[in-house]
Amino acid sequence: MAFEFLTVYWRDMLRFFRFRALLVSSLVQPALWLALYGAAMSSNFNRFASALPLPPEAVSVSYLTFLGAGVIALTALFTSLFGGISLLFDKNWGLLREVFASPMPRTHIIIGIGLSGVTKSLLQVLVIMGFGLLIGVRFFSGYAPLQTGLAVVGILAFVGIFSLGFLFLSSAISMSMDTPEGLQGVITLLTLPIFFASNALYPIDAFPGPVKIISAYNPLTHLVNGVRYFAIGSDFYAIGYHYVYTTGDVMRSMLALAIFAALMFLAARWVFKRAVVT
Amino acid sequence: MAENIIQVEHLEHWYGDFKAVDDVCFSVKEGEIYSFLGPNGAGKSTVINVLISLLPLQRGSVKVAGYDVAAQPEEVRKAIGVVFQDETLDRDLTVWETLEFHGRIYSLPREERRRLIEEMIALVELEEKRDVRTRHLSGGMKRRLEIARGLMTRPRILFLDEPTIGLDTQTRIRLWEYIKKVNQAGTTIFLTTHYMDEADQVSNWIDIIDHGKIIASGNPLKLKDELGRDMIYLETSDDEAALQMVRSLEVVKDVRRDSKGLRITITTDGTRCLPVIMEMLKDQGLSIAGVNLKKPTLDDVFVYHTGRNIRNAAGEKLSARAFARRH
Repeated sequence: MAFEFLTVYWRDMLRFFRFRALLVSSLVQPALWLALYGAAMSSNFNRFASALPLPPEAVSVSYLTFLGAGVIALTALFTSLFGGISLLFDKNWGLLREVFASPMPRTHIIIGIGLSGVTKSLLQVLVIMGFGLLIGVRFFSGYAPLQTGLAVVGILAFVGIFSLGFLFLSSAISMSMDTPEGLQGVITLLTLPIFFASNALYPIDAFPGPVKIISAYNPLTHLVNGVRYFAIGSDFYAIGYHYVYTTGDVMRSMLALAIFAALMFLAARWVFKRAVVT
Repeated sequence: MAENIIQVEHLEHWYGDFKAVDDVCFSVKEGEIYSFLGPNGAGKSTVINVLISLLPLQRGSVKVAGYDVAAQPEEVRKAIGVVFQDETLDRDLTVWETLEFHGRIYSLPREERRRLIEEMIALVELEEKRDVRTRHLSGGMKRRLEIARGLMTRPRILFLDEPTIGLDTQTRIRLWEYIKKVNQAGTTIFLTTHYMDEADQVSNWIDIIDHGKIIASGNPLKLKDELGRDMIYLETSDDEAALQMVRSLEVVKDVRRDSKGLRITITTDGTRCLPVIMEMLKDQGLSIAGVNLKKPTLDDVFVYHTGRNIRNAAGEKLSARAFARRH
């Protein structure tokens, strides 16, 4: 078994912790999202929601709690989609030549970058959850300690698989682009539909038909489902909508993310195999 | 007889419609310093990139360290070390981390790797800079670090692509001391450069490439001897007229005219021949503004074979290079 991908991982993490500004901003940014957007929107949404009649016994969660899961997912999306960019810089600065001329198989680069990106995502998620709990996101409400622990593991597993998929995609795109500007454009273009055609910020039940179909296949929706299931519960009301997640739903979402990650890995491997760096 | 450690046969390489390498054949013997010379854009980098398996082999056959680059690129990669033309250091890693990273992607076991790192740092005298990030190193130190990195895996062949480009003379001299030391320890050196004087001093064998073709080969002495015994440089009041007159002389092997004057290759002793030529030109009413007599250098070899000075040729070929880079 070859573990050279750990070397790629080591180098990327070394750089992550070395650039304090990058480290701090990547941790503060999602917290700001939650604090600013969450605070602003929740007063609006909560006003609507409180006007809607709910059945007795229903568990109703605040918009901030609903959004908390969405912010976790969005952060994972952004961090991962931009996670492969370092490869473009490595390519343009010539650093990749050293690596491509070495006996290390190129798949190790993909895996190493994938793992370091996942580590960054997980760190961010832990920070968001901690910060969220401080400002009033009611995650794990009524959970026993062991249950909370398992829920956190479940969330991290979902975020990890999801991030891997988008890191592989990001690596594939970075390797096929020539300029950072072009890459920025492609990734932004990709981000918007994934971002808006998902249930991260609002319920998708009211979407027009086609958008609803897209969002059902959207990996971000599957991630949000998983996170809400573990963080909030399997049966709750938010913004007037009833959310029910069966174990089967969650397994299906996990499977969808795993398939997505596998496909993206194959795509990245295909691109890397053909890439010429001179 | 030493075995050929590199064997290139009928190598061709295209970038779209542009033929960058045209039917190139050469071989390198184990243990020698081999120089691949030519102006920028002549095809040197393309050849080196095929040899180190960064570019796919399109046509021809290339064997490096006994392995076919197309069939066994991984074996080739294990057997070689490369110092690239442009800087390939991660500016945010320290000297030690740079070598550690390299050793790990070449799967060197930890203990051996740590020992080799120390050995290499000592070899290129970067002990003081061990924990300094490479962005803070001088150009010469960066080069030394890259050479240390290339050598760290104990390659049988070290590829040096323009190792001294952009460095000052003192740094160049020191770098050559390291490279010679390495070569004496048994590593074959494959060098590309457009510094003719360097190649002249160190090479056992030289191939000169231009427009994708090898146009001259031999050891430096032979290449220079082929040209003739002496070179005369003349500046006159009318170079064109002088050229016509000199050309008819029996001892003159070749005359070239460039912006500075005439470059005359002669087959006999220049110290005897030069006064005769000067006398003749004066008789024809030409005045002589400047004169120089010297042994042919590799620069002269290059001009003789290509009709261009290697430094001028560099500029002229930039467009072809830019083209090659894009594809």
